[in-house]
Amino acid sequence: MSEWWTYRPEDFLLFSPRVYWRMFELHNAALWPLQVLALAAGLIVLLLVARWPRSSARWLALLLAALWIFVGWSFLWNRYVEINWAAIYVVPAFAVEGVLFLICGPLLNSLAFDRRGLAGGIGYFMLALAIAFPLLAPLQGRGWTSSEVFGIAPDPTAVATLGLLLLARGRPLPWLLPVPVLWCLLSGTTLWTMGEPQAWVLYSALALTAFVLTWNAVLRLSASPGWSPRP
Amino acid sequence: MRTTRRTFVRASLATATAALLPISLRAQEGAPTRRPIPSTGEAIPIVGLGTWITFNVGGDAALRDECAAVMAAFFAAGGRMIDSSPMYGSSQPVIGYGLQKLGRPSTLFSAEKVWTSSAAAGPGQIEQSRRFWGVPKFDLLQVHNLLAWKEHLKTLFAMKAAGAVRYVGITTSEGRRHDLLEQIMRNEPIDFVQFSYNVVDREAEARLLPLAAERGIAVIVNRPFRQGALTDRLKGKPLPEWAAELGVSSWAQLILKFILAHPAVTVAIPATTRVDHARENLAAAGGPLPDPAMGKRISAYVQAL
Repeated sequence: MSEWWTYRPEDFLLFSPRVYWRMFELHNAALWPLQVLALAAGLIVLLLVARWPRSSARWLALLLAALWIFVGWSFLWNRYVEINWAAIYVVPAFAVEGVLFLICGPLLNSLAFDRRGLAGGIGYFMLALAIAFPLLAPLQGRGWTSSEVFGIAPDPTAVATLGLLLLARGRPLPWLLPVPVLWCLLSGTTLWTMGEPQAWVLYSALALTAFVLTWNAVLRLSASPGWSPRP
Repeated sequence: MRTTRRTFVRASLATATAALLPISLRAQEGAPTRRPIPSTGEAIPIVGLGTWITFNVGGDAALRDECAAVMAAFFAAGGRMIDSSPMYGSSQPVIGYGLQKLGRPSTLFSAEKVWTSSAAAGPGQIEQSRRFWGVPKFDLLQVHNLLAWKEHLKTLFAMKAAGAVRYVGITTSEGRRHDLLEQIMRNEPIDFVQFSYNVVDREAEARLLPLAAERGIAVIVNRPFRQGALTDRLKGKPLPEWAAELGVSSWAQLILKFILAHPAVTVAIPATTRVDHARENLAAAGGPLPDPAMGKRISAYVQAL
């Protein structure tokens, strides 16, 4: 692209806020009453993490794998791409995230959602925020029908995933973080460009994730045998 | 006054000249003014319809019908040129839906673009666009944002020679790459050029507009309202009293008249989702246009707000 520095995010916005939110209305209407099941699944995730953080990890990863693949196919591929041709390039990333969860959970069983303390608390908060995402529609003066539901819409699915990953331990974490982080960045920028205050929810989720990851890194560093504070 | 041979000849010449003027070029009561496309002399209404963002409504049936209603109002008010691009999401199939719903108005002047970095993919993309519109061929094909312009211009000129398109053009927006655009305008036999020009973005007045007039290239002006930002900024502010001289009733009309007053401008293509705005825009194409002094006054007034 020539003179790329002269382009602003709004130059890439192909649709109006009205069309964007009506897209969720149509998506919800097409999938109803799947939203009830999805919300129930969100609450079950909270319960499993709280009560059986290790033994449920395999099932939680399987659920996340299914949701990422489902949202990528049903929302991005079948709906969002109609008004945003660039969404086609994001679909494979959602599929990859799903496959990674399949590998890390059911296949390798290499995750445990048992991190507690500050990181865990923030993880729970973000998970709860994702489940409560539908409230944002009426809070911003839109109807319930345009609500974004965890497991149905990408934003709450990505926020919930980040929350779960903050609660998780395991070597595959660095592989699982990029897609939800990038989606929050992309979607947050879209909302920001449309002048939607909801962008701050996604930016806050990213900021909290960055804070927790930094905090964990500092804790790891301070706990390592060779480390000592400067006198 | 005594009629001499000289006065008789002068009066006869004046009458004959007036009669020879294409009736379409004169603003008729209720009809938009038309201007000729320099390369052929074909006259088209000076206000067209853009579709960037406004027609990208996906498969939403209610919003598709709203777009079709805007198109109906546009054609009913005498509008002809509709402009789109493969870059505009679902705008092309939405135009096709509207055209079909309206019984494929014969007055349509279809303006499309080719937008791909691959020269080989150009013809396929144009054919896909044509299918979306449901037209036998496009009136105008433009290279969008100068992307792979050399290769695509070759394709478009070949299509024009084969009768597969009537006019060829090139576009940019928001003041980008005017130097290259100028070079193309000087060296390529294009019929149309499209760029941004409005009451606050007046860079085109320095070189592009005079060059278009000199080279006989029709000018399409995009983003006349800066994608709504200008009209939003002026919302709630009273129109100056002197605007009444131009017969305008809104800021949008005043801004459009400023653009249309430039003699090198052939068509301005405001985009809208509203039927009343489509009518209002077409109404700005009728009645008096500002003279250069009034144009300066409009620009100074808007910039001072």
